[in-house]
Amino acid sequence: MPAERLLSDLLRDDLGLTGTKIGCGVGVCGACTVLVDDVPVTSCLLLAAQAEGRSIRTIEGIADGDRLTALQRAFITEGGFQCGICTPGQIVSATALLERSAHPAEGEIRDWMKGNLCRCTGYYGILRAVRAAAEASA
Amino acid sequence: MIAPFELVRAGSLAEALELLESDPEAHVLAGGTALVLLMKQGLLRPSRLIDIGGLAELRGIRMNGDLRIGALTTHLEAERSALVRRHCPALASCFGTVATVRIRAQGTVGGNLAHADPAQDPPPMLVALGAVAVLESGAGRREVPMEDLFVDVFETSIGPGELLREIVVPPLAEGARATYVKFLPRTEDDYATVSVGAVLRVDADGRCADVRVALGSVGPTPVRARRVESALRGERVTPARLREAAMLVREEVDPIADARGSAAYKREMAGVWTERALRALLP
Ligand code: FES
Ligand code: FES
Repeated sequence: MPAERLLSDLLRDDLGLTGTKIGCGVGVCGACTVLVDDVPVTSCLLLAAQAEGRSIRTIEGIADGDRLTALQRAFITEGGFQCGICTPGQIVSATALLERSAHPAEGEIRDWMKGNLCRCTGYYGILRAVRAAAEASA
Repeated sequence: MIAPFELVRAGSLAEALELLESDPEAHVLAGGTALVLLMKQGLLRPSRLIDIGGLAELRGIRMNGDLRIGALTTHLEAERSALVRRHCPALASCFGTVATVRIRAQGTVGGNLAHADPAQDPPPMLVALGAVAVLESGAGRREVPMEDLFVDVFETSIGPGELLREIVVPPLAEGARATYVKFLPRTEDDYATVSVGAVLRVDADGRCADVRVALGSVGPTPVRARRVESALRGERVTPARLREAAMLVREEVDPIADARGSAAYKREMAGVWTERALRALLP
């Protein structure tokens, strides 16, 4: 693998895991968010070599086969997406949040999710979905 | 997109220093959020990167009277660290305002400083706190006060063959209070229009015993507001005197016009936000 290969390109082009999206390519939008050792990172700014030997989770690895997680179901029931381009990044980010903090305060949700831009929903549906998923795990 | 380069992974600090010494043109890769972006945009074309990401000795936070933050500690780790929060809550919350959680989880405290982007959050806070950068090279170790680390936009006093190893933050003096504020008129994840790190100690009879103020985003490096400081030191700090002193910062900053405002506007806002920061520190 060439040293200049980005993790986002490795996932999408070499491994065919196209669930990870490229929005801006400059670290701003969050569409390319994946988890490296359970922490959300910007795969469009991470060299694939930097992730060597570490565990990588993409949107493809969030659901258990066809069984969606409570968070994914909440994105559907709460209207957490429209066009869907930002959704993998939103779900991957929120998954990491709920794994760290099962019942995050409102401010914590907003701060954590502010790195994932959405041009469709106006964010309220996304916030409702994260809150609903946290409540469902009570 | 990124021009080809050679990636060499350092297995130890000693090896990293050897690699740096043998190739002064090489760039150091830590978290990569800034470096990879510059390479992606074609602004930087290093032929070789030395990846120090795996060096455990540069990671982690310790306390020995002073707070010592390893250069490879991520912003997220520093923001959440109980040691940092106890030592200086304002510093923890300053780390927590850097960009977004994804960037904080990947970008390192040392990488942020070595990048020397004048719009970053930790530099002015660390200057105000009187922090010190510990640099290591084959020739040994030296300590540089944070305000001397920054030379110009994207330029530091880290010499060829030197690596930023850790930063040392002294404890606040008894009775001193610190804060970091940033003015974000556009979006929450934007660079600040102006930011202010400040430390103030007011003694029992209401006089300013000590004060340090530094600003971000309004000059090529963090700007230490020395006129503001000397106008306050030893004086009784009334709201009126504070305001008068804060406005002196307008003559000290050197902002450039961009999408976040004209130079004149930023100069004005530097005064307003310096006053707000100091006022928040009054007992
Ligand atoms: S595509 Fe990576 S942050 Fe936008
Ligand atoms: S659903 Fe379209 S960008 Fe978020």
